[in-house]
Formats: sequence, structure tokens, C-alpha cells
Amino acid sequence: MSVLSVRDLEVTYRTQAGPIPAVRGVSLDIATGEVLGLAGESGCGKSSIVNAILRLVPPGTTVTGEVLLNGENVLTMKPGRLRAVRWTQASVVFQGAMHALNPVQRIGDQLAEAIVIHGQSRQREALVRAGELLDQVGLPPRRLRDYPHELSGGQKQRVMIAMALACSPSLIIADEPTTALDVMVQAQVLSLLNELQHELGLAMLFITHDLSVLVEISGRLAIMYAGKIVEQGPSVSVFEKPAHPYTEALAAAFPAIGDQRFRKAPSGLGGDPPQPDAVPTGCSFHPRCPYAFDACASTVPDLYASGEGRRSACLLVPKGELIAR
Amino acid sequence: MTTPSETDPVLEVEDLFVSFQGRVGLGAGLAGKKGTTAKAVDGVDLELRRGEVLALAGESGCGKTTLARTIMGLERPQQGEIRFEGEPLGKSSKILREYRRRVQIVFQDPTAALNPRQTIYESVAEGLRIHGITSQDGLPEEKLVARALARSGLRPPERFFLVYPHELSGGQRQRVVIAGALVLEPEIIVADEPVSSLDASVRGEILKLLLGLRDDFGIAMLVVTHDLGLAWTIADRVAVMYLGRIVEIGPTEEVLTKPLHPYTKALLEVVPEAGGLSRPVLSGEPPDPTRIPEGCRFHPRCPEVVSGAAASAGVEGRCRGEDLGLIELTPEHLAACHLAAARRRDVVPSTMT
Amino acid sequence: MRPPEALGRYDVEAPPGVEPTPPPEVPRSPRAIAWTRRRMSAKRVWATYRKNRLGMIGLGALVFFIAVAVFAPLIASKDGLDPTCTCTGVPLQPPSLHFPFGTDNFGRSVFTLTVWGSRPSLIVGLFATLISVAIGAVIGIFAGYFGGKSEAVLMRLTDWFLVIPFLPLAIVLASILGPSLFVIIVVIGVTSWPSTARIVRAQSLTVKTRPYVERARALGAGHWHLTSRHILPNVGPLIFANTVLLIAIAILSETTLSFLGLGDPLTTSWGTTLSAAFGSGAASAGQWWWLLPPGLAIVFVVLAFTLCGFALDEILNPRLRER
Repeated sequence: MSVLSVRDLEVTYRTQAGPIPAVRGVSLDIATGEVLGLAGESGCGKSSIVNAILRLVPPGTTVTGEVLLNGENVLTMKPGRLRAVRWTQASVVFQGAMHALNPVQRIGDQLAEAIVIHGQSRQREALVRAGELLDQVGLPPRRLRDYPHELSGGQKQRVMIAMALACSPSLIIADEPTTALDVMVQAQVLSLLNELQHELGLAMLFITHDLSVLVEISGRLAIMYAGKIVEQGPSVSVFEKPAHPYTEALAAAFPAIGDQRFRKAPSGLGGDPPQPDAVPTGCSFHPRCPYAFDACASTVPDLYASGEGRRSACLLVPKGELIAR
Repeated sequence: MTTPSETDPVLEVEDLFVSFQGRVGLGAGLAGKKGTTAKAVDGVDLELRRGEVLALAGESGCGKTTLARTIMGLERPQQGEIRFEGEPLGKSSKILREYRRRVQIVFQDPTAALNPRQTIYESVAEGLRIHGITSQDGLPEEKLVARALARSGLRPPERFFLVYPHELSGGQRQRVVIAGALVLEPEIIVADEPVSSLDASVRGEILKLLLGLRDDFGIAMLVVTHDLGLAWTIADRVAVMYLGRIVEIGPTEEVLTKPLHPYTKALLEVVPEAGGLSRPVLSGEPPDPTRIPEGCRFHPRCPEVVSGAAASAGVEGRCRGEDLGLIELTPEHLAACHLAAARRRDVVPSTMT
Repeated sequence: MRPPEALGRYDVEAPPGVEPTPPPEVPRSPRAIAWTRRRMSAKRVWATYRKNRLGMIGLGALVFFIAVAVFAPLIASKDGLDPTCTCTGVPLQPPSLHFPFGTDNFGRSVFTLTVWGSRPSLIVGLFATLISVAIGAVIGIFAGYFGGKSEAVLMRLTDWFLVIPFLPLAIVLASILGPSLFVIIVVIGVTSWPSTARIVRAQSLTVKTRPYVERARALGAGHWHLTSRHILPNVGPLIFANTVLLIAIAILSETTLSFLGLGDPLTTSWGTTLSAAFGSGAASAGQWWWLLPPGLAIVFVVLAFTLCGFALDEILNPRLRER
């Protein structure tokens, strides 16, 4: 059963300089209890997808395609239904969420607010539930009375996760939840997310630029570049045997410690990820691609099947030449 | 010039202590209350050899950034000595001036490290101007700037002279920052998280550049990072810091594949990699430099203490009560751990160094 | 192990946007580079400013008034200010062909009064503001850059001056030194620098902690280099935008003081004209032509400066800019 089903999603922002396509045709599926990873760097459109799923885009933005949340199309929902669905069916742990806490309100009140807004309980019961939520994320209930500044970065992130769980959604979207954290705290938060996901049978969309984290936490992943998905498939398989040059380059940025091949041999790509308003023609990756050939500048690749449950948007695939690592 | 020489180190840090005083309100101050002291660097000995790349690794709050900044002269130590090519820095202002030219810093965020109102040319030329260098090697200022930009991989350099930082990408800005360091032909470059704020696919190029500078010009590098993968990629030696002390130091391959200190082991355990979720072995938050534990500063979180391994080896008492420095356990590989030292003694009883 | 690659392979292309814009002849000397930069920078600010409609209106009005002040002798004869001049007409007459703005109680043309009145107002506004900004900027940068005790002392001093009531000070000084344009300039200068000082100090503090300043410190730069090359250029635009707004306030202040009789009674300014008009009961006598021109002139000039100041603030204030 598919919790989230996105079809041909396109998000175009309206700016003074003209329309800017941030997402140019993305399709993905997440089943109940599954974790899908979405990897990509700045400007690839992953945060725009998050906003589009819950229709949190600024006014004037064009969003086309289909976003089916538990079977209902979010993009065509009436505002009342949308508000009811937000947070109760799908919630978000935002990037830099630790700064999203109101500094002059106690944690408990902020958690309770999320519950009360959705009419699920009154204040008193909401506070009780808030205590339960804190317990679920590994914080003692007495923390309800604390203010945000009394918590550390990792603890604040746990509070944000608790807030995302407040209305028992079936899907959690985590946008770079561990990026600003130390490795040790990151491991704790990832471990927590993993536990919660299994305990509560949650579906999760985990977005980050850190491929190595995705390999740990997600079963399948999709790599984004310039507003499109360029590769997708089972995480470990994609990471270890990439079928797209960009995936290969991205994976090389996260070396395995102990692997002699990475010693004193940094490898990266020249150039920079393209800005959404200046996407190259043909295959958007071709200016930086070490395997580019003449067709790459003019032909826009589809997502070709490139193995067991795998797809890759590289013109080398239909040619039958899968890149070797 | 591609291997670090075995001769004298180019930079030595001895017995360094750097602490910060917390602030106290007026009333409390008058009442005699002192603010809390954060001991950022609590006794560090370090040496950087000519042409070597030394990674200074650890989590936030371990003191690695403070150590780097003190080496750069941006913080003043309460105690300790820094020696450049054998000469203590405090001795004369002439030495200090030489030092400031031959030790350069590359900051973490290239956007903030460049003055937005200055063109690339001016940012790179600033070092020359501060030191009053109008020409060098027979080249005038603009040729020196062009040469530094070219060495950082920005070609043709003249095209970048009148460009402003905001017109460049992150990777290019970092190259400009590196050019600004190169223009003075330094012996040492201190790089504070040189690639962490750059896009992942761009990092490799900058790291390649840094390694290339070492290989071609023999520049020694002190790279501060929280990313052990980065250390694996470019460092000759790694020093792991915890709560203001170096707890393990040695050749990269040894420290990262055969770690001796429990903290290093724990850090390596949580590096994400394929094959399932790693269970974090340390509980709690990174510790507080204002409340350093007694004895071995790691003992409250040490898995060996918690699991009883320290007790069965008979060293638990020392872990709780006896503070210690780095002990050489194998040639070149040092760790500040009672248990590791005890095990070493058991294995090699007669060769205690 | 792969051998490290020679530097020659690190070929990085120039940023895509740079190709069409750099000057055909890249200047070769540092001085030429610095001048080219300043020119380019000024062009860029102007190009952005032009897009701001309100700013352009303000600028237009400003240019108009300055032209009036500068070319006053060409517009209206200075003799018209002299009550004993033969060019005066019948006193207290409404506007007519010969006297477009009517006449005052001496029969002088109100038009002449208004045109010539622009000079003292603008001069006082400009000089008083220059004094105020100079004091405020120096104190602000000093306090923000050095911090510690100096900052504490300077900031308390600033607060002290901030609360000095404007009017009583003006009255006291005027009675000691005798009413004159100089007194007005001093009073305005001395009472309005604190606001500049506070803004400049805040910005200096921000700039001081930026990595590029730390890098210069690490390079061994002295205080002078850091303040003049890093702090000042980054604080400068803020000061400039603030200055323009201050001029507007200074002009208003001068008008107020002259109106209350603390200015030089022998100088014709908009304030003194209004003062004379009110003193003669022009308001109750319905002699609107005497009150309206100087009054409106003040309003428009202040508005012009304010509009320009806001437009500049939007362009130059780092907090408002999207970078």
C-alpha cells in the first residue's frame, strides 16, 4: 500500500527574474513502513519537493503533477481538508529545525500546541500526550517545562521529531535532520529515527546530501540533480555500484575509512551544481561528466532500467555500457 | 619534496593552555562570584613536521578550533609556548612578523572569509599589502596575485581580478581564499574545516588542490575537521582531541584502522557506512569544557569503564583518579589511555618507552 | 597509489557570468584596478537606484531644490530681501502677476523670500549633519572595534547625549552665544550624533567578528588597516544612507529653531519667514500666500531627502539587501 505516490511533479517559482523551475518532473513511491532516501546537493530541488508535498510553497508558485497521500491528491485538496491532513497524515522535520522552536515558550506548550491545533485534544490531555512523545524520543518528561535554550542541539532535534509524531502521521518527511549535528549525536538521532520507524510502522522520506547516512537508514534511494531524479534503486546497490556518473562522484565524496583506494586520492567534480535558472541543455549533468559524449549535450535522457529495481538517467545505459567503478 | 622529512619540525606547540572566562553580572561580580572558566585547550603538546598533513579531529567543543586559532595568534594562551622553526614566538616581534607571513589560515566558510566589498584581486593582495611586500622574485604585485590565483586553479587569473565574491560559486571562493594564503608563500597552512561548507561533489577538487600544494611546494598543513573520512583521504597523521587534550595521535592508517583509545574507537564506530545502522556506543551529549571530569577526562563515558573491561584489567581506579597525557604505545602511535597502556605492558613487558 | 596530479591539470573555467562584462583592457596596476572597481561599483549602485521609483522622485525633487538654492541670484534678485528696496510692492497682497507668491508685511515678494530662504536651510542641514555624522561614526567605530572599557565608556556618553533635550539646549546656547546660524549648526550637530553612533557601533561589532577581519588580524594587520580597510567600507554605506535621512531631520530642526526665534533674525530662511508670518498674525488674517510657500518648501525638501534616504537604505543596508 502506497503511503505517498508522486507523479510527474513540477514546481516552478515565480521571481522577478522570471519563472524558475526547481523541480522538473519527479515521480516516486513510498510504501507503508518503508524508508526512501533522497540525495542531492544545493539547488537540486529536494527542499522544493518537501514543500510541494504539503503545499507549503509561496503563493504564485506553479505546482503540477500528482501527489497522492494515502490515495488523496494533495494538490487538488480543498484548503480545509489540506489543513486537516497536514501533520495528521504527513509531517515534516525541517532543516535547521532546531531554530524553529519559539525561544519564549516552554517545550511542553509547543508540543501541545501542535496537538491542540489539530483538534485532537484539549490542552490538558495534550500535555500528557506531549510527555509521552518526549518519552518516545528518549527525553525525560520533566523536560516539558524547559525552554529551548536549556536544551542542546541534539535534544532540540529530538523535540522536533516528537513534534512531527504528535498527530500520529503515517509519513514523516525528514529534511536534512542531522546535518548540523556532531557525528555522535547524529548516530543517536539516526538510531532513534530507525527505532521509531520500526515501532510505529512509519513511512519516511529522508532527504540529505550525505549519501553514507542514506545507505545506513534507507532501503531504497533516489539521487537528484538539477530538479530531476537521475538514479534510483536499492541503497546499498546504488552506493556500491552506481549506474550514473553523478552518483559515482557523490559516492566518492564519502570514502570508506580503511579502504586503501581512497588514501591520498581525493576525487571530485569540476564545476558546480547548476542553479535552477541555468540548467544545461540535454543531459543536465553533461558539462561536469567525465564520461560525456556528443549525444549528451542534446538528448534529454529518460530513467532507463539499469538493473534489478534500478533506474538511471544516463545515456550510457541504453548503449549498454554501464559505468564501472 | 613529496615526503615529509624526518628532520626538525616546523611548528611545535608545548604545554598549551587556553581558557575562556564566562561573564558574570554586575551584582554577582561584586559579591565575589567568578564566572565559569571554559578550558578549551587543556594541556596540548604537538609538533607539525615539514611538508606533512596533520589532521586535528574531534567533535564540537573538543578545542580543535581554539587550538588552531591560538596557533594563528587569534587567541592568547594562558600558558605554554609555540615555536616556529625552533624559535619561540614570544621572543621578538621580528619573529612574530615572519611567523605571520609564513603561517596562513584558510577558514571554513569561504563566503564569510572574503570581504564582500573587495574584489578578488584586493582580497588576495591584502596579505602582500599588510606585510609591505611590493614585489618578490622580481615580480610586481599584480603578477604575484595572478600567480597565486593560477596556482589555486583559477585560470586565466586576470579574468578574476575585478570579480566580487558573490559572483563566484562556493568552490571558486574557497580557491580564492587559498590563493590569498598562497600569495605569501607560506610554510604552513592551517585549514579550519576547509570543505565542510562546500557541496559534496566539489569537495574532492579542493582536497586535491590542497594535497597538490603540499606535493609541489612542500607546504605543511594542519587540517581541523570533524570528518574522519577527510582525514583518511588526505592526512599523513591524525590527532584526535577530546575536551581540550589530544587523546590519540599517530599515522593515519594506524589510528583509523587500529585505534587504541576508546574515544577514537567510538568515533569510528559511528561513521555511517553500508551494512546496517551502527549502534552509538557513547551516551549523552558532547561534554562540557567548564566541567572537566577528574582522572581520565573520558572515563564517565568510556565504554571500557562502563563494560567493566577496565575493572578486570585492574586500571579502573587509575581511570577514575589519575589524569594522564599521551603515552607512546607503538613507535609514532600515542594514546592517553590507562587500559591501552596496561595492555601494551602485558604484551611487550620489557619495551616500555 | 595514484601519483598526485600536477597543478597544470587544475583548470577551472572563469565563472559563467564574467565573460561578457569585464572591461576590454584589464587594468594592470593595483591603482588602476582600485579605480576601475570604484567606477564599476558606483555604476552598479546607480543602476539599482534608478529602478526605485520613489527614490528617483526624491532625487528629482532634491536636484530641483539644490538648483534653486545654487541659482538663486538668477531666479530672483537679492535686493528683494531688503525691506527698503524700491522693488517692493504693496504689503500683504495675495499672489498677482508681478508677485507670483504675493507680498509680506514689508511688501517684499514672498517668491524671493522662498527662493533665497532655501540657502540657509540647506546649508545648515548639510553642515550640521556632517558634524553629527563625523562625531557619530568615529565614536561608533571606536566603540565597536575596541570594545571592552572604551566601548562601555563611549556608549554611556552616547546615551547621555541621547537624552539631552533638544529645545532647552538650543535656548540655553542661543542665550549664551547669541542667536545665529552657527549656534543652530552646533546645537543640531551636538544633539543628533548619538543615533549614528549607535547604528555604526552595532554594525562595527558585526563586521569585526567576520572571518575576513580575523584573517587580516592573523596576517598581522594593525588597527588602522583593519578599521580603514575592512570596518569602514562595510559600515560606510550604512552611514551614507543614514546621513541622508539625518539631513532631512537637520533641516526640520533648523526650521523649528528659526521659527522659535533662536536663529539669526537677519537671515532669511524658511523658518524665519514662517516666524515673521505667524508673529504678524498671518494665520488668523487669512494671508495664506505668506505661509504656504515656505511651509510647502520645507515639506517637499524633507520629503525628498527622506525618499532618497530610504531608497539608499534599501540598496546599501546589508540587512535589507538579499545577498
